[in-house]
Amino acid sequence: MKNTIKVLMAKPGLDGHDVGAKVVVQGLKASGFEVVYLGLRQTPERIAEAAKEQNVDVIGISVLSGAHMTICGRLGELLTANGLKDKFWMVGGNIPLNDRDKLRDLGFDGVFPTGTPLDEICNKIKEKLE
Amino acid sequence: MTLRPVKRKMETLKKAAGNAVINESGIEIKKLYTAEDVERSGGVDKSLPGQPPFTRGIHAEMYRKRPWTMRQYTGFANAADTNERFHYLINNGQTGLNVAFDLPTQCGYDSDAPEVSGEVGRVGMAVDSLRDFEIAFEGIDLDQITVSLTINGSAAILIAMYLAMAEKRGYDLKGLRGTAQNDILKEFIGRGTWIFPVQPSMKLVADTVEYCAENAPKYSPVSVCGYHIRESGANPVQEMGYAFCIAKAYIDDVLKRGLDIDEFAGRLSFNFNIFGNLFEQVAKFRAARRLWAKIVLEEYGAKNPKSGWLRMIAGGGGSGLTIQQPENNIVRGAYYALIGALSGAQTMALCCYDEAYTIPSPKAQHISLRTMQLLVEEIGLADTVDPLAGSYYVETLTNQMEQEMVKAMKEVDAQGGIVQAVAEGRIQEQVSIQAYQHQRKLESGEFHKVGVNCYVDEDEEAPDVELHPYAEKDAELQVASLQEVRKTRENFKVEKTLARLKADTQSDRNVMPALIEAVKAYATVGEMTNVLIEVYGRYQEPIRF
Repeated sequence: MKNTIKVLMAKPGLDGHDVGAKVVVQGLKASGFEVVYLGLRQTPERIAEAAKEQNVDVIGISVLSGAHMTICGRLGELLTANGLKDKFWMVGGNIPLNDRDKLRDLGFDGVFPTGTPLDEICNKIKEKLE
Repeated sequence: MTLRPVKRKMETLKKAAGNAVINESGIEIKKLYTAEDVERSGGVDKSLPGQPPFTRGIHAEMYRKRPWTMRQYTGFANAADTNERFHYLINNGQTGLNVAFDLPTQCGYDSDAPEVSGEVGRVGMAVDSLRDFEIAFEGIDLDQITVSLTINGSAAILIAMYLAMAEKRGYDLKGLRGTAQNDILKEFIGRGTWIFPVQPSMKLVADTVEYCAENAPKYSPVSVCGYHIRESGANPVQEMGYAFCIAKAYIDDVLKRGLDIDEFAGRLSFNFNIFGNLFEQVAKFRAARRLWAKIVLEEYGAKNPKSGWLRMIAGGGGSGLTIQQPENNIVRGAYYALIGALSGAQTMALCCYDEAYTIPSPKAQHISLRTMQLLVEEIGLADTVDPLAGSYYVETLTNQMEQEMVKAMKEVDAQGGIVQAVAEGRIQEQVSIQAYQHQRKLESGEFHKVGVNCYVDEDEEAPDVELHPYAEKDAELQVASLQEVRKTRENFKVEKTLARLKADTQSDRNVMPALIEAVKAYATVGEMTNVLIEVYGRYQEPIRF
């Protein structure tokens, strides 16, 4: 296990609401994680590619438009195809209660709806990876 | 009903006696205000409403003559479903429309583009061609109900579509009213529906202003939004300061084209946020009206007092609402509406109580509309102009907020101006750091939020919120209707008009005439956007993290 946990964060799809994603990026950095933030309008293909290139431990996305099921389905397939199934996948944003288990079933270990405290996100990642 | 036992965290109710109270804008609030404080901060503004610098309101009689326009943000699925909801709201006394578009429309894609999977009709109405606009506004009298289009990256195209639709229905563009958001600089700061790089995006805004000044002089082609900058983490002073820097950037560009300030400044409008501390917000609006009038009338030397009007929609309050105990958002909405009314907004739109979860239900929209109506009918908010004027506290705070706004604007100027600061991602970085600090204050309990860090229902059950259904079938229908339009239109006309659009874009002419021609030939949003991208390229977001 490396000393520093490396996280890739991205905003997939067309949703431009990036306040939450950027807050999480800053929170993770303050807690000692190394974070690569890709920014807005990232395709699942680009995210999977970057995750592989950057050799990250965590892949995180934030979606507030409601398109999380479509996006996470596609991203999950691509991450698996790229041999990244054992990494920690997380998704945040406007995620209705009924979708949370479905996202876990898709392989997203961390499902963090709006309002999740930063420490909870950090702790969940550490719990799984350390 | 039975009361269930609830564990509550009550400890943060009282502010410790003796602790300083500092508002979100960084101004320390005294225990008591007197006439002396007003004097020391700059004195009482004795100007009357309707007279420059309009501190007390842009109209002499304000709501006595006409209450604010009620304009709930609405749009989902397709034009037909949205049209039905428009009629529902109008039948319930709504006096304007505020159109929400889906993300493909906002980002310039057609509904069948590969990039838009899962997004068609999701957060707003899908629009591909003029056909969708014809359906969306069917049966709505555009003279009686003014329409506001919440569109930015693809605004030039959608404005062209609105003007073409109105013209086709026989309206004289010289008298047509309405608003487009069309504030691209704030999209780079927050909200993110940009398409083209900063410079060509600015050029397109100036094209719309210039075109409307000549052809649709009562149409408001731009609504400068402090709103989303505040949502992204800015404080109320920065909200106004940054918005004014942005408005000045647009003005400067249009002036360079040889227009006189009085030919267009009066049609600029603004969009501001109403969540937060009541007195701070009211002072913010009063201060901003005065500052904007000074900027336009003194700095730019406008002769017509109306050019210095800070016309605005005040609303939303999305960031003030919580996912926890969502019913509390109904109460928050009522207080926010009170703030808007005490502040002299021309138009108001409230975020609905269920909006942290979903596209608002008809019931939630109905409650928001009634909230505003009962302020007018029952609570006396339309009875007299600027009712808080003369309060030692509000007058002092008004003076202080104005001084702070001037400082915020100077700070932006010191960074090379708003256009450069945005292009380099510096404003984005600043507001984002503040958003993070705010989150930390929420988590530490330093900033109180009911239901979030105090009065928490620790065993809160799943809320009783009905989620707006999203049907994949609707997206398929939209794609089918788009393909039908492509098949039935006269494609040689589309090709011809798109070729003209490309030529006009390349030669740096105003693109509006070419866009209107293309729209009338039923060219699609994606086709027109792609022509512009061929010439302008795409925006690359500066990442400063």
